[in-house]
Amino acid sequence: MHWRMKAVERVSVTINGAEYSHEVEPRTLLVNYIREQAGLTGTNIGCDTSSCGACTVHLNGESVKSCTLLAVQADGEDILTIEGLADGERLHPMQESFRECHALQCGYCTPGMVMAAVSLLKENPSPSEREVRLGLEGNLCRCTGYHNIVKAVLHCAAGASATNGGAQ
Amino acid sequence: MVVSIMGTRVLRKEDPKLLTVGGTYTADLRDARLEGAAHVCYARASALGAVSGVDVSGALATPGVLGVVTNSDLADFPLQPPQMDLFPEEMLRRSWLVDDAALFVGEPVAAVVAESVVAAVDGAEAVEVIYGGGEPATVIDLEDADGDAEVIFGEVGTNLALNLETVDMSTGFSDGDFFEDCEVVIHQRVENHKVAAVPLEGRSVACCWENGSLTVWMSTQAPHLVQGVFRNVYDLSRKDCRIIAPDVGGGFGQKVNHSQEEMLLPELARRFGRPMRWTETRTENLIGFGHGRAQVQRVTLGGDADGKVRRYRLEVICDSGAYPGVGAFLPYFTHLMASGTYDIAEIETRCRSVVTSTAPTQAYRGAGRPEATAAIERAVDIFAARCGRDPVEVRAQNLIAPERFPVTTAVGTEYDSGEYARALEKALEASGYEDLRREQARRRAEGDPRLLGIGVSCYVEITAGPAPGGKEYAKVEITPEGGARVLSGAFSHGQGHLTTFAMLASDSLGIPIEQVEVIQGDTAQIDKGVGTFGSRSLQLGGSAVCDASNQVIDLARETAADILEAASADVVFDAEKGFHVSGAPAVAVSWADLAERAEAPLSADSNFFAAASYPFGAHVAVVEVDRETGEVTLERMITCDDSGPLLNPMVAEGQRHGGIAQGAAQALIEEMRYDPWGNPVTSTFADYGIISAAELPSFELVVMETPSPHNPLGFKGIGESGTIGSTPAVQSAVVDALAHLGVTHVDIPCTPERVWRALS
Ligand code: FES
Ligand code: FES
Repeated sequence: MHWRMKAVERVSVTINGAEYSHEVEPRTLLVNYIREQAGLTGTNIGCDTSSCGACTVHLNGESVKSCTLLAVQADGEDILTIEGLADGERLHPMQESFRECHALQCGYCTPGMVMAAVSLLKENPSPSEREVRLGLEGNLCRCTGYHNIVKAVLHCAAGASATNGGAQ
Repeated sequence: MVVSIMGTRVLRKEDPKLLTVGGTYTADLRDARLEGAAHVCYARASALGAVSGVDVSGALATPGVLGVVTNSDLADFPLQPPQMDLFPEEMLRRSWLVDDAALFVGEPVAAVVAESVVAAVDGAEAVEVIYGGGEPATVIDLEDADGDAEVIFGEVGTNLALNLETVDMSTGFSDGDFFEDCEVVIHQRVENHKVAAVPLEGRSVACCWENGSLTVWMSTQAPHLVQGVFRNVYDLSRKDCRIIAPDVGGGFGQKVNHSQEEMLLPELARRFGRPMRWTETRTENLIGFGHGRAQVQRVTLGGDADGKVRRYRLEVICDSGAYPGVGAFLPYFTHLMASGTYDIAEIETRCRSVVTSTAPTQAYRGAGRPEATAAIERAVDIFAARCGRDPVEVRAQNLIAPERFPVTTAVGTEYDSGEYARALEKALEASGYEDLRREQARRRAEGDPRLLGIGVSCYVEITAGPAPGGKEYAKVEITPEGGARVLSGAFSHGQGHLTTFAMLASDSLGIPIEQVEVIQGDTAQIDKGVGTFGSRSLQLGGSAVCDASNQVIDLARETAADILEAASADVVFDAEKGFHVSGAPAVAVSWADLAERAEAPLSADSNFFAAASYPFGAHVAVVEVDRETGEVTLERMITCDDSGPLLNPMVAEGQRHGGIAQGAAQALIEEMRYDPWGNPVTSTFADYGIISAAELPSFELVVMETPSPHNPLGFKGIGESGTIGSTPAVQSAVVDALAHLGVTHVDIPCTPERVWRALS
């Protein structure tokens, strides 16, 4: 017979500026909370070893793989997912850069990749190509060979996307 | 003047959604018909061997578990038809779930159905497989399997699943000395190891029954093909079996075919009277389904001492995994492409597939053609070295000349069009080949521990093949507003058809691309179709869109003539103005005018057939090898990939990038490995070295466009070219870095350990 925690715990978080509060099993991962309870399915799951980064979100402004945290660990915190990145109809410069540089194909890695890239530029606003590649090492993409993803991040850093004012 | 959008870098219509709220993948569906769905988790065999029973009591006692289905519960449920029937009867009779033996680790044993995913997982963990009743035959290595060291299917008496000679899919070897007239003959055993496709989204299915009608949502590359299989298993009419492919997170060949786990889901839904969902984990994806390549080859190449190649023998042994299916048939493509880009007078092939105690193999990006290229490119490199010649010169000397096309190779494959020497020249020029050789010589002379290697590959491959070719369906309708709807039987899962097929219809019909909607992936809306694999979609599915669009124009001409009160022969169509009397463009009829007048929607369809096409190119890889550690760094990849005219160069480049990365990954890092007891040891992303951004350079792409004569716009496929050219180029670069030390061959993946061993 398996030992099992019966209890549920309440989790209250802010996601993309909105308040969410639910009872969850303590073992619920943050990524599952975001997808199932909060109903925000933009954040994806690509592995079971915290290797792929498809689940990357921002927690209090810093990127985290949301499969590495329990939902209860995020209680009271502020979360940003891909759904909250654009300013209404206006794409975030990183989203725009991904579009302009064809940095996505199937789109499965994309939400996590974009969130990781935004956070990368926050820490290092003008990275070299090598720094971008190392910075995104934990985010896997099977479609693009990373070429256009790296290009998009550099394009965004250079302020060259339509939404950060640059010429296309 | 309307400027055609053909050949322009139109940004993708699919992107705004994917970038803002994300795609709607199968696990994301919140469809009302799936309300109250139960979840399945498959308990899997954790060891090989005879199975005497399955204890499900622990699973049944797990909170939230609704029930457990084992194979004995499925006695009255008909077996699913085999993927292919080329193999011995006994190997084809695969039960739904493990019956009396687990033939590979990860084989599904029981379906645990529960209220939630976590409850299903808990339940599956509590399932006990009772092993016993005989020692399992365990054969992991495909050469051991080939030697029948142990036989997996005792009743068959051999591990041989398919000898391709017996079905005319390889030539066999003649008696006598095939290489008698050759001055130089080289032999090499070449491994083309097993890799995993690993789309970032794994398999995922949801289904429901409504009054005897089945709806299945599935992460697949080929909804219409899959519909055929579900109809067969569940004995359903086309109308009662609807397959919907929502957004799909990559396929790479793995999602062309179906698996037990997917096909069984509607039966579980029926038994439990609930909609049903199943999404696999990464580990299940890595161990359960769809490894590719898995060949050992023996190449023998002979010719003149001056570098002229005359004769080639290729022996292929392919690992089909525990249950032979598509993977066992893929050496046929290796045979078809044996000659590569070279003019070789005589070729013999001997191809066979054997069963092993591992997961069944399937198609993986390139599917049989990368293996052919890898074999011949290795052979040519070794032959050149033996002749004391530069590998590039020997290639140039033996490439098929452009004036020979269409040309039939010694194995009977007819290549449509090509300029192989020019592709090689362009790639070399872009790489600065002479400078690279000078730099290499300098480093060697100075004893630099950072060895420089330059590898070159020439390739040609088959798309929309094999002969005679393939078909794809499209229907084009004019909407009441004068826009267009394209219903296509191809299925984009990253390839960008919603944009590129809209470009085709827009260009033919003169309707702005914003007003062209492309619909794919729903068998209820699209009458026919095949799907997207084998780099077939643009040349078949895209050509179908053009053909249907042109038919719509012809149909509309009559109505336009009525409105213009002119004879239809005098009415012309131009994409800018619409229909008008020839020479009088001032009075024109638009699509909106026509839509208003037409009693039924204006529409036409096309089930477009085209013969296979043969994209080609040349890749140059530059690597640095650390002499002390054996570590390889891929410094540059320069590729010239010719797939005919480019509809949207941006999208085509993306296909090339992804392919190049996957091919380089096979050469350097990725390998699906099993231990001697049949346990997969690369069963997570932490162990399977899926390539990351940090291990790759940016790629240098060279453009070349040689049309195919087989479809009106001259398209060839581009989806697999990158993968096919890059593996041998990177491998060759690694060997080249060590060549001055007497190394002539290193098998892939060229891991630091392997390279270090070759160095010492
Ligand atoms: S799902 Fe979180 S890292 Fe893969
Ligand atoms: S776009 Fe498909 S995984 Fe990155």
